[in-house]
Amino acid sequence: MTRPLLRKALGYVGALAALLLAWAALAWVVDSPALPGPAIAIETFFQQWPEIWPQILVSAWRVLAAMAIGTVLAVPVGLWLGRSPRADAIAAPIIFLTYPIPKVVFLPVLLVLLGLYDAPKIALIAIIVFFQILVTAHDAAKAVPEGSVLSVRSLGAKRLDIYRHVVVPASMPDIFTALRIGTGTAIAVLFLAESIAETNGLGYYIVDAWGRIDYPAMFAGIIAMALLGVVLYEALDALENWVTRWRKVTR
Amino acid sequence: MAALEFDRVGVTYEGSDRSVRALDALELHVAAGEPVSVIGPSGCGKSTLLLLAAGLLTPTEGTVSVAGAPVTGPRRETALILQDFGLLPWKTVEANAALGLTVRGVARRDTRERATAALERVGLAEFARAYPGELSGGMRQRLALARAVALDADLLLMDEPLSALDALTREDLQDVLLDLWQRRGHAQVLVTHSIEEAVFLGRRVVVMSPRPGHVAAIVDNPRMGSDGFRASESYFDAVRELRRMLADEGAVSAAHGDGGGQA
Repeated sequence: MTRPLLRKALGYVGALAALLLAWAALAWVVDSPALPGPAIAIETFFQQWPEIWPQILVSAWRVLAAMAIGTVLAVPVGLWLGRSPRADAIAAPIIFLTYPIPKVVFLPVLLVLLGLYDAPKIALIAIIVFFQILVTAHDAAKAVPEGSVLSVRSLGAKRLDIYRHVVVPASMPDIFTALRIGTGTAIAVLFLAESIAETNGLGYYIVDAWGRIDYPAMFAGIIAMALLGVVLYEALDALENWVTRWRKVTR
Repeated sequence: MAALEFDRVGVTYEGSDRSVRALDALELHVAAGEPVSVIGPSGCGKSTLLLLAAGLLTPTEGTVSVAGAPVTGPRRETALILQDFGLLPWKTVEANAALGLTVRGVARRDTRERATAALERVGLAEFARAYPGELSGGMRQRLALARAVALDADLLLMDEPLSALDALTREDLQDVLLDLWQRRGHAQVLVTHSIEEAVFLGRRVVVMSPRPGHVAAIVDNPRMGSDGFRASESYFDAVRELRRMLADEGAVSAAHGDGGGQA
């Protein structure tokens, strides 16, 4: 277990070094106050830490709550639709019609309806995550091999037993993949939502620094947002590895 | 009393544009504790027969009874083993063996005890915490058997359970199946493509005809299970007779073997 972890850590360090180097080179070439080098940005990040960390907490809470709500709602509905041809016949056209609509355009509507605090941001991200997970869970449930279902049914399993012992575990790998990919989208939408009509959160912090022409602080905020994304992604990856540990085994 | 009884059973699958007659006027009686092999060409409804017996399919006409009662759904003491063994890769070996007990709501402690005993019975006790992905094909098959043993099944239904195994493992598992049957005395229906396997494991071998499937002939094989049967003259006689019958059904060419077994 420690060797792959070590390799992963080394990979991160290497990638980080390359990234910082490219950033420094770009900053040097562009030579504009709007693009400070990594040294100043990182220094500012640590200087500003007392102000940044509450914003990180606020943003993390929003994105985590939204992803949890979206997932918890989408998984049962998606699995059920995937397993029930009759319900699917009705729901599928609705889903595939609404799936491509960019849900982010509803932000103004949500701001009007749900006020200016956490609710509209959480709702927006939850809706986006909901659709991604819904479609994934639907397809995963549909792809469950009939042989597995049949042999568990022959043991006397009822509908809920089939979900518990077959459909849910069989769909977990796909759902986690969708969640990990969804992290990027969720953070992007979070930034947008927080940059409009907001008084806290990392999105607000970045846009506020931008307005004050405090570019190093702006980049400190960008670093914080990147960190939030990486930590979230890695946490999901670790959770996935644990939940689907049966896939790791080889003989 | 017959453990399993098919009384003029017919099955028609309704497709979207055409219907398929899978079984027609099937008559079959398997006595309690009797091991029966079913063999026949592809598409003769062998798998349909097992699904009916397991209560996963309702006949279009006729009745299927197990232990004297008409089959209306899966029954507690009936175990079905499919070609891919029906193992769940996300459950440990022990949880897979215990699955039948778990879905039937047997108390947790009881479940554990019986699963452990069943794993010991098939020689997998030391792999209880492993996942099926870590097992070889033969071990997976043993695990599928352990599930049936844990259920204390009195009727074991198997759909080409050994067809994915290599010849040596296959022979080994045939011995395991025979040993299990001799110890437990359950009724058994084994659907197979292998003539040798049908003879080795069936006290009677049922030959089925294709579309719509029905019983074409039954070969009695009373010496099945006796010591040294695999090398005996009566074994080879039965194999020869069965091959001739299948050739009559057009299932095999008379000059060749079935390709899937071991002579």
